[in-house]
Amino acid sequence: MGDVLAENRIFSTVYTLVNDLVPDGWSWVAYLAAGMSIIMLVVNSLMIMATFYTWVERRLLGRFQSRLGPNRAGPFGLLQPIADLLKLLSKEDILPRSADRIIFNVAPVLMLAATLIVLAVVPFGRGSYIADLNIGILFVVAISGIGTFSIFMAGWASANKYAMFGSMRAIAALVSYEVPMVMSILSVVVLTGSMSMVDIAEGQALPFILVLPMAFMIFMVSISAELNRAPFDIVEAESELISGYNTEYSGMKFGTFFAAEFANVLVASAVIAVLFLQGWRWAVLPSHLWFLLKVGALAFVFIWIRATLPRLRIDQILGFAWKFLLPLSLINLVVAAVEVLSWPEQTALQQFYMALINWPVAIVSIVVFSKIVSKRQPVQPVVRVAVAQEVV
Amino acid sequence: MSLNMQPVTVNIGPHHPSTHGVFRMKVTFDGENIVDVEPVIGYLHRGTEKLAEERNYTQIITLTDRLDYVASMTNNQAYVLSCEKLVGLDVPDRGMYLRVIAAELQRVASHLIGIGFFLQDLGAFGTPLMYCFRERERILDLFEMLCGARITVSYMRIGGVFQDAPVDFWPALSRFMGDIPSYIDELDALISTNEIVLARTKGVSPLTGEQCINASITGPILRASGVEWDLRKAAPYDVYDRVAFDVVTLPEGDNYARYAVRLAEMRQSLRIIEQCVEQIEPGPVRATTNMLFRPPAGEAYVPIEAPKGELGFYIVSDGTVSPYRCKIRGPSFVNLTLLKEMMVGYKLADGIVSLGSLDFNVGEVDR
Repeated sequence: MGDVLAENRIFSTVYTLVNDLVPDGWSWVAYLAAGMSIIMLVVNSLMIMATFYTWVERRLLGRFQSRLGPNRAGPFGLLQPIADLLKLLSKEDILPRSADRIIFNVAPVLMLAATLIVLAVVPFGRGSYIADLNIGILFVVAISGIGTFSIFMAGWASANKYAMFGSMRAIAALVSYEVPMVMSILSVVVLTGSMSMVDIAEGQALPFILVLPMAFMIFMVSISAELNRAPFDIVEAESELISGYNTEYSGMKFGTFFAAEFANVLVASAVIAVLFLQGWRWAVLPSHLWFLLKVGALAFVFIWIRATLPRLRIDQILGFAWKFLLPLSLINLVVAAVEVLSWPEQTALQQFYMALINWPVAIVSIVVFSKIVSKRQPVQPVVRVAVAQEVV
Repeated sequence: MSLNMQPVTVNIGPHHPSTHGVFRMKVTFDGENIVDVEPVIGYLHRGTEKLAEERNYTQIITLTDRLDYVASMTNNQAYVLSCEKLVGLDVPDRGMYLRVIAAELQRVASHLIGIGFFLQDLGAFGTPLMYCFRERERILDLFEMLCGARITVSYMRIGGVFQDAPVDFWPALSRFMGDIPSYIDELDALISTNEIVLARTKGVSPLTGEQCINASITGPILRASGVEWDLRKAAPYDVYDRVAFDVVTLPEGDNYARYAVRLAEMRQSLRIIEQCVEQIEPGPVRATTNMLFRPPAGEAYVPIEAPKGELGFYIVSDGTVSPYRCKIRGPSFVNLTLLKEMMVGYKLADGIVSLGSLDFNVGEVDR
């Protein structure tokens, strides 16, 4: 990893600067300072973006709902996130009496940490990344799974029934959606022949949203379930569970959850941009800005969906994952694998041929499967009224 | 391995985003499934019936505003109709037409609220609710022109209405009548065929017509179960016998049917308003009554079709300035009777939607 970082301009500048100042044998200080400066840069830019993403989301939701949204603090309400932050910081930090103190406090930090660590392998621009892991996308999936743990920890430690409901739903839904999500990522990996995020971005002669439309669709749906975004927001489900797993949280602990959730949307958008939109490539603007534009467009789609759709029920969500998305993702994977066998070089022309095949395949299989799955079974009330009181 | 599975009892409410006020349910869950529901009411009890015994007849009108506070006009109407029956008072035509126009506008506003919160309970993040509120705002503006108030209107009086509509009310009403059909069509297009709405509401919590009749359920919920019963047709009051409209019924009786009936009823209300605007003629709006209304000893009950169902005030007079007893038959309270039957066996998410589909108002439940 040191080699990768040494190529980075910011890293090398800070490293030489500090290395000149400290005596011989203290070069680790320079290494630490340079590494920290990179981390500070990445983490802080994400957090600032996440903070202002809350403003963007609220303004846009306001527009979607034919109202104004926050417009009082600062020009266009731009200072609203800062006002929110100050409010949250000055709020009393309530710890429920029967809560598990340690887990209750660790959960929000863990959730934010999981979000931030994912950034380590995301390439933001041409040659800009913290680490080019050869298992980059696996790392992303693994680390983002930790977020689920923190949701469950929060729900369990709060000693609140609503929170418990929320975290139980989180476990059920997120575990189900991990499967089609990983399957759709696999098809990308099959095409590029690498799990490194940088290689994936560079391996896209055409953006994979065109080459693998079904994988993009599945990934988009699964990631909104992973992010607890509408229409899969059963984990928070305001009208049912008040606020789900974070019902008992107040003050900055709630703020941390809040920030982590919004940062999650941006990180997920960044991962989608790398996987399906060629990352920073084809930049007509500076590559970082170009990447940010793609992230912004995807984040807008998430807001749009949130403003539009009602929520699904938990059994419908799980059924959708297992009955609809999983078979589709398998079809997608098999088709992609066969195509790679026929055209191993993956030039732009070959990827164009693949797109020509994949679009009809995607449309036909989605239509066929939706016909099979969407036969609306009548909702039967569960008759099991007498509940088993059996004890272990 | 055997799991220790025990039902969990959760208090939904009185502080909960989708209990429409301060309604409380003790719900027992087996996992996500609802096993038992026990409604607890009374958090908004203000003793309206007892207060009515201490007020004179005109003052009680202001109390009725605060029962079902999203449908004040029809509360006023039900009360003044009972009072007029006590003395056999004849209301001038223009007063009756104004009452019907106001009541039907109120029905549209109330159904908009019902549909908006129904969708909110379904999990749509505020968008349908804000759309519904946007249109309701126009109706409240019209009420403001009629009587100066938007929510607690106190527009109707014993013997007619408070005052004639101002001259600029009529153009404003016709502008509104020109706009509202497209609004309703928009709601229809956005909601009625939405796949998620259909998947969530079709076939959920069905009520048969027989069940509804046995539980005295009235209003859109009864009509959504296929029973053609509307007091505007069955026992016409004011000028409902002079206008043509259809009683909307749907056979399914599920959550979707309850939503669809409300949507269709809004269109019928617009039909009624149009006819009233055509038929209304200049004249007095209020019969002359004594300053202090003092009916002879006796009793009267005139049920009306409020937006949520049969609403009536059973008034017993002992010949003094205030009623001896004023019993309020509020539809919201009676419509909650079958709540347990509707919720048990379904999942938490569906239970909340079923509660929303009843479109009850806690102000009227607790009185």
